[in-house]
Amino acid sequence: MNVHEYQGKSLLKKYGVPVPEGIMVNTVNEAVEAARTIHEKTGNEVCAVKAQIHAGGRGKGGGVKIAKTVEEVKTHAESILGMQLITPQTGPQGKKVRKLLIEQNIYYPGPSEPSEIYMSVLLNRGTSKNMIMYSPRGGMNIEEVAEETPEEIFTEEIDPKTGVMPYQCRRIAFNLGLKGDAFKNMVKFVPKLYAAYLKNDATLLEINPLFKTADDKILVADTKMTIDGNALYRHPEIVEMRDLHEEDPMEVEAGKHDLNYVKLDGNVGCMVNGAGLAMSTMDIIKLSGGEPANFLDVGGSANAKRVEEAFRIILKDPNVKAILVNIFGGIVRCDRVAQGIVDAYKNIGEINVPIIVRLQGTNAEEAKEIIDQSGLKVESAILLKEAAELVTKVLQ
Amino acid sequence: MSVLVNKDSRIVVQGFTGSEGTFHAGQMIEYGTKVIGGVTPGKGGQKHLDLPVFDRVDEAVKQEGADVSVIFVPPPFAADAIMEAADAGIKVVVCITEGIPVNDMITVREFLRHKDTRLVGPNCPGVITPGECKVGIMPGFIHRPGGVGIVSRSGTLTYEAVDQVTKAGLGQSTCIGIGGDPIVGTSTKDAVEMLMNDPQTHGIIMIGEIGGTMEAEAGYYIRDHGTKPVVSFIAGATAPKGRTMGHAGAIIGGKDDTAEAKKEILTQCGVTCVDSPADIGITMKNELEKS
Repeated sequence: MNVHEYQGKSLLKKYGVPVPEGIMVNTVNEAVEAARTIHEKTGNEVCAVKAQIHAGGRGKGGGVKIAKTVEEVKTHAESILGMQLITPQTGPQGKKVRKLLIEQNIYYPGPSEPSEIYMSVLLNRGTSKNMIMYSPRGGMNIEEVAEETPEEIFTEEIDPKTGVMPYQCRRIAFNLGLKGDAFKNMVKFVPKLYAAYLKNDATLLEINPLFKTADDKILVADTKMTIDGNALYRHPEIVEMRDLHEEDPMEVEAGKHDLNYVKLDGNVGCMVNGAGLAMSTMDIIKLSGGEPANFLDVGGSANAKRVEEAFRIILKDPNVKAILVNIFGGIVRCDRVAQGIVDAYKNIGEINVPIIVRLQGTNAEEAKEIIDQSGLKVESAILLKEAAELVTKVLQ
Repeated sequence: MSVLVNKDSRIVVQGFTGSEGTFHAGQMIEYGTKVIGGVTPGKGGQKHLDLPVFDRVDEAVKQEGADVSVIFVPPPFAADAIMEAADAGIKVVVCITEGIPVNDMITVREFLRHKDTRLVGPNCPGVITPGECKVGIMPGFIHRPGGVGIVSRSGTLTYEAVDQVTKAGLGQSTCIGIGGDPIVGTSTKDAVEMLMNDPQTHGIIMIGEIGGTMEAEAGYYIRDHGTKPVVSFIAGATAPKGRTMGHAGAIIGGKDDTAEAKKEILTQCGVTCVDSPADIGITMKNELEKS
């Protein structure tokens, strides 16, 4: 589960991670009010006005602006709130901005040169341990840094028994070239960041940029935080942070019916039991000349009710020109699934796209008979190969 | 011979009296697996499916000689169940449970580093040695004893491969569902290595998917130590970047995570990769006839 920048920062703050003064607002008036409050607290009128959407690259799309005065905060808030913000991560349609973070400006002048750092905490799947990845080249896409100057990316693997050790924090500060107070502040910063990652059950905590201010403070300028969905049962406060506006409405709808659905851009919908088989079915669609319109795992039971809901969700996608149902009946009997499909079809009424049903496993022959004798516009198959050929056929 | 489980394995079911545990324990017994009983804390001393219920795993080990455990415990308690089994001296722990937090699995992996226990899963269909022993939730009837070892991160896609192998006139030595989570006890390479060293296994089917580097590690092992034909399918060639595709571990983060990158490495390592999941069985048959 992803959270907004302002939510991520509130989760970091709980564990003592230094973040700039900031206030989340929903309206222009609130933005002006927030700017005044921050001015009073920090003695500095300059503020950042930051669009809150679940996508990176917001600055490039005009979603982050610096305001020198409260009056400018008003102007920027007016232009950003409600805009359809397009960034490299949102796709061409962009995302509507409904919330802003008004934040203290951290790019103020001072005795030393400010700098931007990259730091993230994530799971190293290869070693089954968490690691801290960091680079002095902050503010950039880390994948680009990895391409251009891989020697400028460093990692520290964390022993789960001890947690992050002081010598590791010092090594991080040395490798980042920090000195004086900035060095000391970084050594204090790292354990707090790691604690925030661990205690919030994050699977990714990316700070980019992490900012060294002109007076040698270490501050989180921007953060991206992903929480382990399987651990949400122990974080009711994070569950509250879910923003349905940021999710695809069809995926939200599917989730209500316990269907695992991911919307894609293709023309052939699919409904499958099991995640691996669902991905494979998408691959088969592509090999057969189509493009998958979705990933959809109906789960183990694949009963009539779920099948019907799954059909309704797939059919809401106007790009869908055909649907491939691929069920491997193990414990679930295929004849029951077939009956479920027939019932669902009849309940929905008019279905104008061809449907290919492939049922394999327990009672597959009986299932094919049920489909073939239903009188519905449904092609049936038993072998995966046959199903693939039928996809090619109906697309022509 | 076979790997991990055989006709002599003595299985204890953790989460025995729950609905999943009850149903699948019944299926395992029906298949001929030696289920010796189960564990449900607080229900020790009762009988369930005509078998003894224990409060603790170590009692099942002491009293019934259990050496394999299968876990159907809900996610918040599953990591603890794995560690209890390892602490009781269980040699093979098969964890079916889906949805264990990553942090809990980091703790489990650390705990197991110093134990003589092999964990398979979590979030997996289990392990089956056809005709001898079924430890998990897979449909037994699609399997047939034979010489093809199968390792997979998936459930139904494994059944698909098994079915194709059986329909091609071959059978399976042992099928190992290693699970779809980012952290699993037995990696693809671990499973391939076991099958490579198993005299009954003549060929190996390796089913991978997007996310992580397990397939590549297995590929390097096969390149350096392989003695048998290996056929591989990697699911998710059409999956978008950055989205979790059902399995918690099936997500493309960087470029090494893609199906394409994995296939390229595997091909270089001498593995026969198929693009279509419909060709897994027939390709294995062809490779075995060649060798």
